[in-house]
Amino acid sequence: MKGDANTTYDDAAPAPITVDLQLSVNDQLYPVTVDTRETLLDTLRGRLDLTGAKKGCDHGQCGACTVLVDGRRVVSCLTLTVSVDDRTITTVEGLGSGGALHPLQKAFIDHDALQCGFCTPGQLCSAAGVLAEAAAGWPSLVTPRSPPGAGPEAAGCSHDPAAPPHDPAARALPDGPPEPVRLGEEEIRERMSGNLCRCGAYPGIVAAIAEVAR
Amino acid sequence: MRPFAYHRPSTVAEALEATGTSTDVMYLGGGTNLIDLMRLGVVSPGTLVDVTRAAPATVEETPGGGLRVGAGVRNGDLAAHPLVRRGYPMLAEAVLAGASGQLRNMATVGGNLLQRTRCAYFQDVSKPCNKRSPGTGCPARAGDHRNLAILGHSDSCVATHPSDMAVALAALGAQVHVEGPGGAHVVPMPGLHRLPGDEPDRDTVLAPGELITAVELPPPRPGGRSRFRKARDRASFSFAVVSVAAVLEVDGGVVRDCRIALGAVAHVPWRAEAAETALRGAPATEEEFGRAADAELAAARPLPLNRFKVALARNLLVRVLADLAEAR
Ligand SMILES: Cc1cc2nc3c(=O)[nH]c(=O)nc-3n(C[C@H](O)[C@H](O)[C@H](O)COP(=O)(O)OP(=O)(O)OC[C@H]3O[C@@H](n4cnc5c(N)ncnc54)[C@H](O)[C@@H]3O)c2cc1C
Ligand code: SF4
Ligand code: FES
Ligand code: FES
Repeated sequence: MKGDANTTYDDAAPAPITVDLQLSVNDQLYPVTVDTRETLLDTLRGRLDLTGAKKGCDHGQCGACTVLVDGRRVVSCLTLTVSVDDRTITTVEGLGSGGALHPLQKAFIDHDALQCGFCTPGQLCSAAGVLAEAAAGWPSLVTPRSPPGAGPEAAGCSHDPAAPPHDPAARALPDGPPEPVRLGEEEIRERMSGNLCRCGAYPGIVAAIAEVAR
Repeated sequence: MRPFAYHRPSTVAEALEATGTSTDVMYLGGGTNLIDLMRLGVVSPGTLVDVTRAAPATVEETPGGGLRVGAGVRNGDLAAHPLVRRGYPMLAEAVLAGASGQLRNMATVGGNLLQRTRCAYFQDVSKPCNKRSPGTGCPARAGDHRNLAILGHSDSCVATHPSDMAVALAALGAQVHVEGPGGAHVVPMPGLHRLPGDEPDRDTVLAPGELITAVELPPPRPGGRSRFRKARDRASFSFAVVSVAAVLEVDGGVVRDCRIALGAVAHVPWRAEAAETALRGAPATEEEFGRAADAELAAARPLPLNRFKVALARNLLVRVLADLAEAR
């Protein structure tokens, strides 16, 4: 067992409770013994030497620790390691394949979507999650109320005060899978709002994601 | 953080058995609130029972034309579900207005309902707080209460409930299904949460060991239009300063029926019954909407730093109702 996870523990407290488990990270299996209190973020950084995910706030407020669990973006600082032993985890280190950059990584470079780079791994994993969510037709708060093909009043969100409210009785969404959501700047900004950038690289980040989404 | 045992049962029965009536055992949903509070030392359970595999995670139509949402459904899945977007768009809006994409992928319906207040003193164990440590006092009253309650608070606590989803569920009249050591029962929203009174440590009416298993939505009301709107300090990823969830039915320019709930104004999602009573049978005009809002907010007892929330609640409520009425 190498490294010291940096969750702080009270020395006077009763003995830690540890669990042996296998973590699947970036297509590799890691056998680890973890304290039940340990977060996925601390395990990745402290034990697996996967230091891409960053600890910005440790409270779910900044998104720097974002990773994908079963392909969905989550904050690893509020995820207990013991709770994901049966899941598939992808970190920024595993985003690309076969040594090649992920298209988002390439676009981030092309668009100068970073300055210090601290938030970047979280931005990239979050953006990968956004692309998947939009492709699956998930709405955001700024998605128009009536997505293409839907009934006049169905679905959608309240962002635009001028938009007509919808009718709960109008069950008019078409059957079948929802249409993918087109990711314009407003959609990207809303969907990425869980990722803060202290350097203010937002314009580049939005442009990079928009390019990959096209 | 105190060491804890971790269990992950796969059925509700196992989860209940692992918990019993012990107050040292806590259920774990997505962990987005609980892990944070444990790290801050606000709560320190000896055992966590992870219910993300045990609590139902499906959305199903009920025979009566409503929906039954499993307590284990993630917030992101709930907002994207076609049946929710179709029949209860206001609920989808409320969920999407909360937290971030990452947090919504983690947060469960059960955990969202039972999240604790964001009062800064509650989260800071170096400060007194009647909710966290009964009898120690409430520093928020004389301190920072800008975002705390204007309605229904007590001398012992002025906290607000932070959930956006719960406000929509209160306006929809959802039923919360609960199972526990004493059997199963159903709690109609907004009755799940309680006003602080002399026991601000009790957020809800649930007994120790009780598990939320599902939330049942009544059938959509024919002719009813609905909307959730949230005023906050930044455009996204921020808790509500005031929110409004409303369902309005207008017929021939007259309000036939309505259901209204206000968020971030009280210890509970605040069902605006006085406003509803004032509106039923009244002309659907901005003037009447203002009168109804005033009827509701007559009971407001704002604190020095949150006086603005009374006007904000009034304006937001009038705006939402006017938008709903105009769309006819
Ligand atoms: C940075 C940040 C911003 C946020 N912004 C918003 C916002 O704008 N609007 C908003 O509404 N929310 C917001 N939230 C709060 C978020 O919505 C809640 O943390 C989340 O919904 C809690 O769900 P969970 O499953 O993670 O609960 P957990 O953290 O796992 O649990 C919360 C509580 O519920 C109990 N519990 C969990 N499941 C059950 C069950 N089935 N039966 C009985 N008890 C149960 C737990 O024991 C615990 O006490 C924010 C959170 C963060 C961290
Ligand atoms: S308002 Fe309630 S939660 Fe906040 S300090 Fe007072 S007692 Fe505690
Ligand atoms: S470190 Fe996890 S959200 Fe900030
Ligand atoms: S690039 Fe520095 S925080 Fe985003």
